[in-house]
This record gives sequence, structure tokens and C-alpha cells, in this order.
Amino acid sequence: MNADASAAFDLEVESVVKKFAAFTAVDEVSFTVPKGSFFSILGPSGCGKTTLMRMIAGFLEPTSGDLRIKGRSMLGVPPNRRPVNMVFQHLALFPMMSVAENVAYGLRRRGAGRAEIEEKVAAMLARVGLPDAGEKRIDQLSGGQKQRIAIARCLVLEPDLLLLDEPLGALDLKLREQMKVELKQLQADVGTTFVYITHDQSEALVMSDQVAVMNAGRFEQVGNPQALYYRPETAFVAGFVGDSNRWIGAAVAVDGRGIKLATDDGLVLYGTAAGRGQVQSGGSLDVFVRPESIAISRSGKDMESWHNRVQGKVKNLLFNGANSRAVVIDDKTGFELIVALPQTGEFADLQRGETVHLGWSAEQTLCFVHDGAAEAA
Amino acid sequence: MERVSAGTKLTVLVLFAPFILWMLLLVILPHIDLLTISLRERVAPRVYEFSFKNYMEFFVEPLYWRTFARTAIMSILATVLTLIIGFPISYYIAKIARGRLKSSLFLLCMLPFWVSELVRTFGWMILLRESGIISGVLQWLGLADGPVEMLYNDAAIMVGLVYTSMLFMVVPLVSTLDSLDDGLIEAAYDLGGSTIAILREIVIPHAMPGIVSGCIVVFMLTLGNYLTPTLLGGKDSLWFTEQIYNQFITRFNWEQGSAFGFLLLLLSSAIIWTGLRLTRQRLQDTIK
Amino acid sequence: MFKYKQEGRIVMIKSTLKVLAGTAIVALFAGNAQADTLRLLTWGGYAPDEVIALFKKETGIDVKVTKSNNEDMISKLRATGGSGFDLAQPSQDRIAGAQREYGIYKPLDLSKINKAQFIDSMFKSTTSQSMVDGKVYGVPHVWGTSGLIVDKSKAGWVKDYTDLCDPKLKGKVSYRLKRPTLIGFAFAMGMDPFAAYNDKAKYAEILSKVEKKLISCKGNVKAYWSGGDQLLNLVRSGEVVAAMAWDTGGWKLNNEMKSVTFVAPKSGALGWIDSFALPARGKNDEAAYKWINFVMQPKIAAMITKAAGNFTASKGADNYVDARLKAQFQESFPQEAIDNIKWYPPVPAGLEEMEGKVLDRIKAAKSN
Repeated sequence: MNADASAAFDLEVESVVKKFAAFTAVDEVSFTVPKGSFFSILGPSGCGKTTLMRMIAGFLEPTSGDLRIKGRSMLGVPPNRRPVNMVFQHLALFPMMSVAENVAYGLRRRGAGRAEIEEKVAAMLARVGLPDAGEKRIDQLSGGQKQRIAIARCLVLEPDLLLLDEPLGALDLKLREQMKVELKQLQADVGTTFVYITHDQSEALVMSDQVAVMNAGRFEQVGNPQALYYRPETAFVAGFVGDSNRWIGAAVAVDGRGIKLATDDGLVLYGTAAGRGQVQSGGSLDVFVRPESIAISRSGKDMESWHNRVQGKVKNLLFNGANSRAVVIDDKTGFELIVALPQTGEFADLQRGETVHLGWSAEQTLCFVHDGAAEAA
Repeated sequence: MERVSAGTKLTVLVLFAPFILWMLLLVILPHIDLLTISLRERVAPRVYEFSFKNYMEFFVEPLYWRTFARTAIMSILATVLTLIIGFPISYYIAKIARGRLKSSLFLLCMLPFWVSELVRTFGWMILLRESGIISGVLQWLGLADGPVEMLYNDAAIMVGLVYTSMLFMVVPLVSTLDSLDDGLIEAAYDLGGSTIAILREIVIPHAMPGIVSGCIVVFMLTLGNYLTPTLLGGKDSLWFTEQIYNQFITRFNWEQGSAFGFLLLLLSSAIIWTGLRLTRQRLQDTIK
Repeated sequence: MFKYKQEGRIVMIKSTLKVLAGTAIVALFAGNAQADTLRLLTWGGYAPDEVIALFKKETGIDVKVTKSNNEDMISKLRATGGSGFDLAQPSQDRIAGAQREYGIYKPLDLSKINKAQFIDSMFKSTTSQSMVDGKVYGVPHVWGTSGLIVDKSKAGWVKDYTDLCDPKLKGKVSYRLKRPTLIGFAFAMGMDPFAAYNDKAKYAEILSKVEKKLISCKGNVKAYWSGGDQLLNLVRSGEVVAAMAWDTGGWKLNNEMKSVTFVAPKSGALGWIDSFALPARGKNDEAAYKWINFVMQPKIAAMITKAAGNFTASKGADNYVDARLKAQFQESFPQEAIDNIKWYPPVPAGLEEMEGKVLDRIKAAKSN
């Protein structure tokens, strides 16, 4: 192996498979995580992400394939000898020890000197913003503080890789939003490579440099958040990452990447081929349009420049501040569309039952060859 | 502060009445009676005087306090052995075994307690006696030339005591170990802990309430056991409860028997208190 | 907190309150007995079912039997102040002392007892020995002896208690850790403990010699037996070849194993007479007298001898006794052995406490 080449990656996963009896939990997964990056694995529960993480941590051995950390294969290395530490879903702080003892645990096990331990623990507690918490008991900490201690307990060991297993799951929404920012900031400060698993797309998108979307034991797509959001490669990713209006339809005519199609509801649309499959005329399609790429107007004239146009009535208004939406029913087909309302305030007086005109481009109408996998989302 | 209605008070009283009655009639009143009996001395037929003689007797006659010391030491040893044997069993049941295996193993621990203590002890006597099964098997295997007597010694007492006590150690241990989050063990392992270090720093501290309550129950049961030491120990059994029984039943010396009973209560409480102090545990923690 | 305190107390109850709780329950249930019921506190075999049935047929009185032994009888009656039973059967030597100490019996009305049915000498002996302040508290019923049970094929040379301590019998011997053992060994060692009954210093001296002997003998002991069946099992399995025990046990074993029988020791078998005494607060004295007169009839007495294995104080009962038992008795007791039986005199107060400590020390000693 070329040591120089591998040094750029803190983690390399190569064709890893994990089977439990007849069930394949992780199926031929390969990826690399560059040094110092924040890498997320995003997928629904049961997709195999926890199994994958437990293999990286060393609690499970892969059925086949290889795992390398800093170029060194980890096969057969027990968890306590891997340069990897893990923040557990329920944090797993030791209730029988004080905060400082929790943070010092790994150092003590390594046989570090008393002075060194004290110094490092104090520095780490200061770094996570809890310099005075050392003497406290675990049950005296708030949810967010426990979170920080769990991370501090790992980071103090300066691992090559920090694994985080949905650590924000137990927190309430507000704290979760705050912790997302904190975690991202912390990772940037310490420069440790983070591998983060979650089923919450917003956590993945906000914090990550790279996100892998996992489904049924496989990686659907690996890319930066923007690529996943704007250029999904599979119908699953398009459906799972962000919100979309979604149709099932058939291609009527294909011209290069441009497609004319008819949805099952009878709506005729113009779209663009996306993903890996080759769209054939007459072929079945999954069609996705994001709510924010649809323009809305009270006048049909404004819509003339768009490839796709729909006239309908407002069925419902979902006010959520900057994230407000309207549900519109197509007059012709009765299909429901979700449309993002512009922030200009122009539609602040929009009423239920009002007639509106919608329009969007063919480029923002993503068409995937239908394979059924997207149903899972 | 919420006001407690008269009805609620009455309900509580009715619910607790059997318990209070039980305590009063079978625990408190007899103990008061025992105390008064233990504090008198027979000076002539049917004439008694207030005296500490019965208590002095325990300290003056080496036989008695030696018997107590022996009983206490054997009981402590039996408790420690029960803990050492019971802990891995409990750990296996609580943390490793799953589903049916778990429940069957637990059942297996309880099974011996479906028969009376007497039958269980006789079971051991059948196994261990000179003309018994183990002796027979050893001779059949050619490992022994003649019959081997394994009964009527301290080891036999110990085997019987540990066997009798096992359930009372395993049940509290399984329940505390069950409540230990597997994540804590994994986290400790992940942070570099070795198996022994995890056992010492995570598992045992967590299981401490169970260990303490198990040990107290086993110690008290062992100390107060009468059948097992007498039957398995034979001529050298020498158990303190036997002394109490003898004083009451064969010596008609209720005064001495009562005094011994009180001394047993006080000294065993003192031993448990010392044990708790030495291990820095509090009794209150064990019922969390 | 509470839970464990209770645990401690349960242990306490188990050990020290057995008597109180047990006797309270006995009193509770036995106290419910109706007037046409005789509550009898006796030894195993002294009230066989067939005799009870015959008694019921003749008198209409039910008999409720509680099996017991000397110490247990005294403990039970002492705990209830002499109530709960209508008739008890302590050994004659254990009546007077217990009566003086605890007042658990009431005097017998000898006019209600058919004296003609009793063997004269025994009746005289028991009534005089159980006398307190000029009142009679006991009449004789069953008598027997303690001596040696020996497997003649393996230890035929055992003739006296002290032979049990011979090194050849290491681990093959059993006896009880009770007062008869102390008395028997004292006689075998050439002393007369009965003569020293009223001289505490002398008695203490005898006891200390016996104590030394029994401690040095401890290595020979397989187990101190406490129940008759336990001893029989030890002999049956061959684990014990010589023991100090009751005569009936030996004869019972003789029925099963030819080589085992009862041997009257050279220094004399110890003779005991179990008697009838009325508990102080018994409720059915009439039934008690009826029972005494009933079971002393020769034919009934023979039935009891058959069940218990021991002879009774009933005059003429011998004629009805099983021939085999008679033969066994004659083999174990030639005339000179009968003459040599040491009958227990009443135990004076205070001796039992001294003996108790000796027995405790023997138990506590390390076997060599």
C-alpha cells in the first residue's frame, strides 16, 4: 500500500459486507473520509448505518471487506485498541463517576500521569465551555452539557476518528439546533475527523462536508450537501433529502436530456433526465419538483415563460415563518402540489380557495428511471 | 401541601394493618419478652432476679464466643464465595443470555427452592456420604481405593450454605446488572478500558447496591441457618443458632437462649454495619 | 431499609422464637379440642392407631397424639404453663425436677388408677421417684434401656461404652450428644454418677473425666445421632458398626440384619421408665385416667410393646408379647444383665446445666 496516498484519508472502507444469518445489513459499502473532514451517513432507521458504525468502532467484525484507519487495517483489532472513539446515542456517561473522572477515564486507562491527566481534562472542559463542571455529578448536568461532556470524553484522547451515533436524538428541537452549530464549530476548531450518523437530514446537511445517503445496506450517493440537494443521483436521494412534490409518470418523448412526460394523473410536464439510468420513450419515471422551485402568482400572465404551468385553488396554508407553504389543487387533475411562498410578503394575504397560477422550469423537474427503491423513502 | 382526606388515611391504615400487626405480634412483642427474659437469673426454683449474668456468660465462657466467631467467619466466607460464584452467573443471565435461554437459566437458579431446605440438604447428604453417590463414582473410576467420606466437615457445610444462598445473591445481582446500560460497557471498552478495568470501574460500582443487598441477605440467612450446618457438619458443625436452640429446647435455659438471641441480633448488625463502612456503602442505597 | 431489618428479624424468629411461636400455635389448635378428646403428648409408638381405635370404640373418646421427647415435652409444657395437653409421658426421672422448677404438672389421684394392672415394683419405684411435697405425679408405662448396638460381624468384641473409643473403630461409631451418653460412659469408666447426684462437686469431677474421654473419642465418631431413624440408617449402610442407642433400635435392626443386635454393656445398661403425668392445665383428666387404665390391660399393653419395641409395666402382658421380641430380649439380657441395669434416679436441679456445658465443650472440641 502507498502510505502517502492513504495518509490523506483517516478512514477507508472497502467493500465491507455484514451479514446476520440470511440478512445482509451492510452490502458492499466503500468510501473514504479525508483527514479533518465532517462526514455524515444519512439514512432511515434500519438502513444499516448503525451496523456500519459499530464495525468502524470495532464492536462488530465485517463479514468481508476491509476497514483502514490512517492506512492501518483494523480487522481483528478490538475497540479498546482502535484509534477511534465513539459518542453513543444515549451518551453512556458513567453515572458512578464525576464529570472530570468521565473525561479522565480514557487517559487513566492509557496510564497517563496524574499531572498530565489533570491538565488535559481541565483544558478539554474549558474547550467545551464547562470549565467548572469537573466536580459535578453526571445527573447534575443539563442535556446539552451531557452532550458536550460525552464529546469531550472522546476528544481528550485525540482520536484519529470520532464517531457520533445520532447523539442529538434525545435533545429537544431548540437545543438540537444550537448543538448543530456548536458541533460544527467544535469540529472546525479541533480538526478531528468526525463520522456522524443520523436519520435527520437537516443535521447532516448543516454540519457535514460530505454526506453519504444510505438505504437498505448500500450507499445511494456520496457528495457534499449541495450536490445531494440539487443533484440527487437516485430517486431515493431526491425523495429523502429535502421535501419534494412527486409524481409517477411515463416518458412521452425523449430528446437528449429533455423529456416530455405524462403523470399518472394525466398532467403533461417537461422535465430533465437525472441519475444514472437511461430514460427511454414510454419508460416509467419518478418525477420530483422542489416546493421552492415553483413560482406562484395570482396572474396567469406571469407564468408564460415557464415550461410547466398549472392553475389551481389553494387548499391549505401552512404558515411557518420563513418556511411557509401553500397546498394547491390542480384544477384539471386534482393533484396536490406543495409550493413555497416567497418571503416578500406578497402572498401574506393569500386565502384558502383563491385561484393561483404556478410555473416551474423543465430543468427543475427531475426525472429518474422508476425502480421502486424510492418507495422506501 | 395537598390535604389527605380521612378516607385516604383509613385506606392506608387498612392496607398497612396486617403489616403493623405482624410486626407488633411476631416481631416487637416477642423481642420485648425475650429481652426481659434474657435479663433475669434463676436463683431458686421459680425465683428469678434481674441480672446481666446471661450476657456475661457469653464473654466469660470461651466456648460461646468462639462458636459465635466461627459462625460469623464461616458466614462471611460463605457470603464471599456465594458472591464470587454468583456474580458471573448473574452477569451471564443479565447481560449475555437472551430470550428463552435467559429465562430458563433464571428458572434453573430457582428450581432448587421449590423443594424444602430439608430435602435440599438431604440431597447433599446422599451425594456426599461415605456410601453415597460421589464416593461410589470415585471408586468406580478407580480414583479412590475405598469409600470416601465427604460429609461432616467444614467444606460440606460451606457447599450446603453456598448452594442454599445462591438464589438470594443471584436475584438482586441480576436485577441491578439488568439495569446497567450496555452502552456504558461499550463506551468504557471504546475508551480503552480492558475487561478487568471495566469490571472494576463500571460493572461492579453499578452493581454495588445489588452486591450489598445480596450479601446482607445471604449473610443473615447463613448466620441464622440451623439445618444445613447441623446436618452437613455433623459432629463438628458448631453453629451459634444450634447453641440457641440447645439452650431453649434441651437445657430449658430460656434466659441464656434469649441472651444469645439478642447477642446474635446485635453482633450480626454490628458486622453488617462494619461491612458497610469498610466498603463505603450506605444501606439506603441498596433499595434504590 | 426496612426489608433488611426484617431479614435480620426473620432469622431471629427462626432461631429463638421457634419455641414461643411453635407452642403458641400448638396451644391455639390443641386448645380447640372438644371435651371428648384426649390430647396426648407422647413418644413415637406409644399410641398405635389400632389401640386408639379400640379406645374410641370402648369409650367414645378421640385421641389426638403429638409425638415428642423428654426435652421437647418439658419445653412445650413450660411455654404454655402446662396447658394444651391432657396427658404427657415424660421419663420418670424427669418429672420431679421439672415440677419443682416450672410447676407444669398436677398431682395424680391414685384412686382413679387400677393399681392391680401394674407390676408392683415398677409402680412403687415410679410413684416414689415422681413425688414432690408428698404428692405423686407419675405412674409407669413403658420401660427400656440404653446400651450398645453392635454389628457382631465387624465389631463383636465391643462389650462396653468405652470400647467405642478403640482406635480400631475410627470413624465407625455413633452416639447421641445427650446426658445418657455422659452417664453411660461414667459407669463404663468405673464411676457411679447416680451416687454423686446430690454432690455437685463430685458430679462435676466425674463429668470432667467423661468430658476428656469423649473429646479424645471424637475422632471415632462418624456423627452424633439425634433421631432414631438417622442412627438406623447409618448402621444399615454399614457406615457405623457400633453405637450407643436404645435397645429397640438394635432389635429392629436385628430383624433386618442378623449380625446386628443390642448388647447390654458390661457396666450395665441404663434403664428408663416412661410414665404418665397430668399437665397442670389439662382439661380432660377423666379421659386421661381412662386411657391409663385402658392401655395397662395386658392385651393392649402387648400391642404397644409390638409397636414401640419396648416392654410395659403391665402385669401379665408378657404372655401376649411376640415370641421373636422375647427371644431378642433374652439374648440381649441374660439374668445378670437384667440385675445390672442402672435405673435413672430423679435428676436434681442444676445438674442439667452442668451437663449442658460439658456437652457444648465436647461438641466444640476439634476431633483428632
